[in-house]
Amino acid sequence: MGVRTWIEGWPAYRQLAGPDPLGRGVAAESSGSRDLVARTEQADRVVRSICPYCAVGCGQRVYVKDEQVTQIEGDPDSPISRGRLCPKGSASKSLVTSPARVTKVRYRRPHGSEWEDLELDTAVDMIADRVVRTRRETWQDTDDEGRVLRRTMGIASLGGATLDNEENYLMKKLYTALGAIQVENQARI
Amino acid sequence: MSQASTGNRLSGPLHDVAGEAGHEHHPPRMGFFTDTSVCIGCKACEVACKEWNAVPEDGLSLSGMSYDNTVSLGASTWRHVAFIEQIGHGPPATEPFAADGAPAETAEPANPGDIRWLMSSDVCKHCTHAACLDVCPTGSLFRTEFGTVVVQDDICNGCGYCVPACPYGVIDIRPGDGRAFKCTLCYDRLGAGLEPACAKACPTQSIQFGELDELRERAADRVEALHAAGRPEARLYGESPDDGVGGDGAFFLLLDEPEVYGLPPDPVVTTRDLGAMWRHAAAAAGTMVVAVGAAFLTSRGRRR
Amino acid sequence: MAEAHPVGFQWVMEAKKRGATVIHVDPRFTRTSALADVYVSLRAGSDIAFLGGLVNYVLENELDFREYVVAYTNAAAILREDYQGPDDLDGLFSGYDPDGRHYDSTTWQYEGADTPSPGSGEMTETEPAQGAGGDPSASRVGGAAGRAASYGDTHGSGGAAITGKPRRDETLQHPRCVYQVIKRHFARYTPEVVSQVCGVPEDQFLRVAREMTENSGRERTTALCYAVGWTHHSVGAQYIRTAAILQALLGNIGRPGGGILALRGHASIQGSTDIPTLFNLLPGYIPMPHANAHPDLESLVGDEEKQAGFWGNMRSYVVSLLKSWYGDAATADNDFCYGWLPRLTGNHGTYQTVADMADGKVKGYFLVGENPAVGSANAKMQRRGLASLDWLVVRDLVMIESATFWREAPEIETGEMRTEDIATEVFVLPAAAHTEKDGTFTNTQRLLQWHHKAVEPPDDARSDLWFYFHLGRRIREKLAGSTDERDAPLLNLTWDYPTDGPTADPSADAVLREINGTGPDGSALSAYTELKADGSTRSGCWIYCGVYADEANQAARRKPGQEQTWVAPEWGWAWPANRRMLYNRAAADRDGNPWSERKRYVWWDAKAGKWTGEDVPDFIPDRDPHYVPPESATGPDAIAGDDPFVMQTDGKAWLFAPQGVADGPLPTHYEPPESPVANPLYRQQQNPAREVYPRRDNLLHPSGAQPGSEVFPYVFTTYRVTEHHTAGGMSRTLPYLSELQPELFVEISPALADERKLQHLGWATVVTARTAIEARVLVTDRMRPLTVDGRTVHQVGIPWHWGPGGLSRGDAANDLVAVALDPNVHIQDKVGSCDIRPGRRPRGPALLEYVEEYRRRAGITELTGTEGVTP
Repeated sequence: MGVRTWIEGWPAYRQLAGPDPLGRGVAAESSGSRDLVARTEQADRVVRSICPYCAVGCGQRVYVKDEQVTQIEGDPDSPISRGRLCPKGSASKSLVTSPARVTKVRYRRPHGSEWEDLELDTAVDMIADRVVRTRRETWQDTDDEGRVLRRTMGIASLGGATLDNEENYLMKKLYTALGAIQVENQARI
Repeated sequence: MSQASTGNRLSGPLHDVAGEAGHEHHPPRMGFFTDTSVCIGCKACEVACKEWNAVPEDGLSLSGMSYDNTVSLGASTWRHVAFIEQIGHGPPATEPFAADGAPAETAEPANPGDIRWLMSSDVCKHCTHAACLDVCPTGSLFRTEFGTVVVQDDICNGCGYCVPACPYGVIDIRPGDGRAFKCTLCYDRLGAGLEPACAKACPTQSIQFGELDELRERAADRVEALHAAGRPEARLYGESPDDGVGGDGAFFLLLDEPEVYGLPPDPVVTTRDLGAMWRHAAAAAGTMVVAVGAAFLTSRGRRR
Repeated sequence: MAEAHPVGFQWVMEAKKRGATVIHVDPRFTRTSALADVYVSLRAGSDIAFLGGLVNYVLENELDFREYVVAYTNAAAILREDYQGPDDLDGLFSGYDPDGRHYDSTTWQYEGADTPSPGSGEMTETEPAQGAGGDPSASRVGGAAGRAASYGDTHGSGGAAITGKPRRDETLQHPRCVYQVIKRHFARYTPEVVSQVCGVPEDQFLRVAREMTENSGRERTTALCYAVGWTHHSVGAQYIRTAAILQALLGNIGRPGGGILALRGHASIQGSTDIPTLFNLLPGYIPMPHANAHPDLESLVGDEEKQAGFWGNMRSYVVSLLKSWYGDAATADNDFCYGWLPRLTGNHGTYQTVADMADGKVKGYFLVGENPAVGSANAKMQRRGLASLDWLVVRDLVMIESATFWREAPEIETGEMRTEDIATEVFVLPAAAHTEKDGTFTNTQRLLQWHHKAVEPPDDARSDLWFYFHLGRRIREKLAGSTDERDAPLLNLTWDYPTDGPTADPSADAVLREINGTGPDGSALSAYTELKADGSTRSGCWIYCGVYADEANQAARRKPGQEQTWVAPEWGWAWPANRRMLYNRAAADRDGNPWSERKRYVWWDAKAGKWTGEDVPDFIPDRDPHYVPPESATGPDAIAGDDPFVMQTDGKAWLFAPQGVADGPLPTHYEPPESPVANPLYRQQQNPAREVYPRRDNLLHPSGAQPGSEVFPYVFTTYRVTEHHTAGGMSRTLPYLSELQPELFVEISPALADERKLQHLGWATVVTARTAIEARVLVTDRMRPLTVDGRTVHQVGIPWHWGPGGLSRGDAANDLVAVALDPNVHIQDKVGSCDIRPGRRPRGPALLEYVEEYRRRAGITELTGTEGVTP
């Protein structure tokens, strides 16, 4: 780089005659800075949501651009949270866009030492088969004294506190129809 | 270079920082007032900042400094919550109320053996006289229309001059990237009329964003209220335009000496004496230019 | 609260700004303590003594809100003559059966009350008999073996049933009235005793007592907030009972600024209790039928119908649920298909299931957003259970330890398990995130809030709604045409939800509408009071009826808070009936007037002849405050005008619980299942009705004065930190959270560091009879030794978020915790005793030998620490 170029690149020199004689403001503003737009402004849509971590239930606004979540922040309209989020809630975008997420079905066969691939459709079908089989094999119609039990003690489930009410509802409904009673969630832990 | 005009622009009070930087019809100067007396140390500010600005993770190591594993501000840490454990500073007694709402007769003294856990979210001060900006040779650092100081990553060449210039040790070079980074006061969000991500997230409004003049009034009221509530240790840091950096665009209410929080007690803009230094430098440069001109027989240098 | 619910804590800060005094009581000094006006450090596991001391302070000094107490609590009710308490029985209540380890509550009744039928001894436990088979490790011992606890499992939110209203002495002078009985009961908890048991200086305790009582009454109210620090105990339900007694005495229930607020830790943990993925409940706190007690619908609801209060309408709630599930197949003639419901025979809680799993009795397991290999007590036993399954389905966002146990469990390293020996077939199905599905979360204040789907889930990721809908659809297809009677509930299940999009995602909106319920014309109902017992209405969860009122998703309402009153009734929807504060009739006096202008909330508008106020009144809208029901009335008709507790059968807050609590009608202090301290109050060391599992994989320590207790001289407790979430699946995988708390640590005082030569930032090994874990040491003045019963007690604090996976790693604190449970709710005690030593734990088989040496030194057998009555 020549000395001349070097000097001319210096804002203090470059803007001697401008309103920013020291080249520390307007004169120094780059094209990148001039074109800067908050990405929330560029979102295709803003979707109202609720924080998935604890049970305070803070309001969230989810910004979506090109079908990707680009930002999640507090919803100022919420009378509960007034737009604020804790560090976990503030990490929600990282959570939903995390490269650590499992996005493909993984399968480990009995005694296997590695994960294997499995089609989702196949996996659900295999699970349905196992539910039907286990239910049949472990069914209890009555106890020793002839009282009705109508259940299986061979199938159990744990989870629900992080799920939606609608999901818990379908779980309880299906499990009860199956006769599976060992259905539990974090509320017991 | 009009050296004569730079004297009062490098130190001392300066009312219109944005105007001084050539922004005509600019908005009021915006800044942060961080009230550490209500900070709960949750670090939402740190995470919200990183999420918005896509600042990379800054190392997974347990520091042993109480709950502070962030340790300091840096190129990849633009908000840093300090945790200070102190013995012998019990929480002050609040006047208990009698059933009729009147203050009760006896207020209990604080337990002398009690511990105090100070928490404070530190950030770039966006100085009135920002040495980082003054020394930046590329024009990467610039003063925005909001009076804030921002590194432009499309300009920065990673020369690092700004790093030692900062009296607070805020700005730094990001390893693996080579460029300098620090808090932008969410320049892009300000442009959209939004508040910075950290202030938006802060659960207890320890971080308050707004017009600097208004924040200064609010802060003064808060100090007064704390003093009246029997907390004489409350004081402002970085609020005064008469301090060594001409006042900070991001200032703090502290409950102890600044050093306790790892803040310099009396920061001075490192370019305060730049005018005088520049005159010496100009003389030296002139000498050099003569020599260069003599050597290369060109007239370039003489334009200085 | 600042630590685990920072955004909720903003309201504490608001209150503080307005002059409220914030008091924090916790074994460790947390971020909450840092902002509190008063911090009280107490010994983990001693809160009943502390709260009991406050109750005693109130009663001793007659600081109760007398008018409220007389009118709205059972203080005036007169008890039977043969009730005896811990003072009389060296730490037990009358009715204890040492063989069955459970209580018979007959002697706890009101004088002259009929003994309610669920307490008649029919609900005996059959499960241990099934499981025993001569193998002691297969059985569980404890309170749930008895009818009291079985009953405790089955009365949901309704409170226990009692028949008839008790005789009352409103002067509160009768020696057997509840007021006098509790006064005698709590007299033991003097400031000296509080100090002795809790390690809290007397003056500090008295400061809290004064602050709280001076800030309660007609003009002022005090709120209590708690989280699992109160519930994770073998006497957890009694912790809450003590708080309830205190708040009822001070008139702090049903009034603004009062209450007892549970701070729950998962986005919809309240919802998953309301619409329960819990063994003992059907939606809306309807009990799951018990094999012995509930052979038919009549037996399930018949007794309730004779009671006062809104549980009197339970038949309509159950029938509407059955109609919702079995549709046209459910008719009055077939008992609305009640017979299709599976039956309980005892405690089928998660710890029982895991024990059964480890014993090979459970074949298939679904884990849905749960990570028990890290997150459940005695996580080592959990992993044994997982390794004993035939098949396991894991649905989660990330690869959690409960999915990778077959190659990453610590037991692989110790040689206790070998990957090739583990027969468990594992399916990991990726789940959709909250942004990828529609649905409601119910927050900790019973508020349902709808979250909208923002984007499609990636690749194979699907909502759990999708998974269960399509799993059910396939199972029904596979069983189609079956004439086997056991398949009838599946084949007749209403399972025809509309689906949408390329993945055929079922409509959460349609499911919510089903939960709400519909009337005879098929349109959405507005309130649970519209539900009928004749089969003409449907509702999947009666307490949620109204969430789809006017055919609109009320949970999706988002009128900005700043455009509403402070109660914000148009944001989301709260069950029941969009009521934001329960029992708010108590905000007015007996005559229906606000107790004070300052505390106005709900009151009787005599001119209009109805209740009105800031909130939806929690009362029959037009019931005159002076109404006295006829003797023969039942259900809501039997609620008197001054019975604010409309879900209780006598309309009153229960200071003394004559029924429904498995471990005593009143709370009293017991030591945790493991404690280096001998109970300073009486011989009885632990809760005699607690549930223990005498198993080789769940060994307990000797306590108190027992030989071997000194081998585990320290108290440990587990807890959370702000930066992480529960078992870590949603935080340890994220760089921005992991860097804030990068690895497991333990917190100890400088004094303990000196005693055990532990270095700040060095390694420590923490040992219990279950196993040993290692962690970095934080020596901090925030932990302090306590003087308990004349000796120094050190506490070790361990956050429990870590496991071997993720970015931020560490051993799992829950590996240390024993399974010893509260008999009411079957939840573990997170407090135990331990040893702590400098240095890292041994690796490989050496770890097993290391722990075995501790067991030998302490003389531990499977029976250690499992005694009912302390010998």
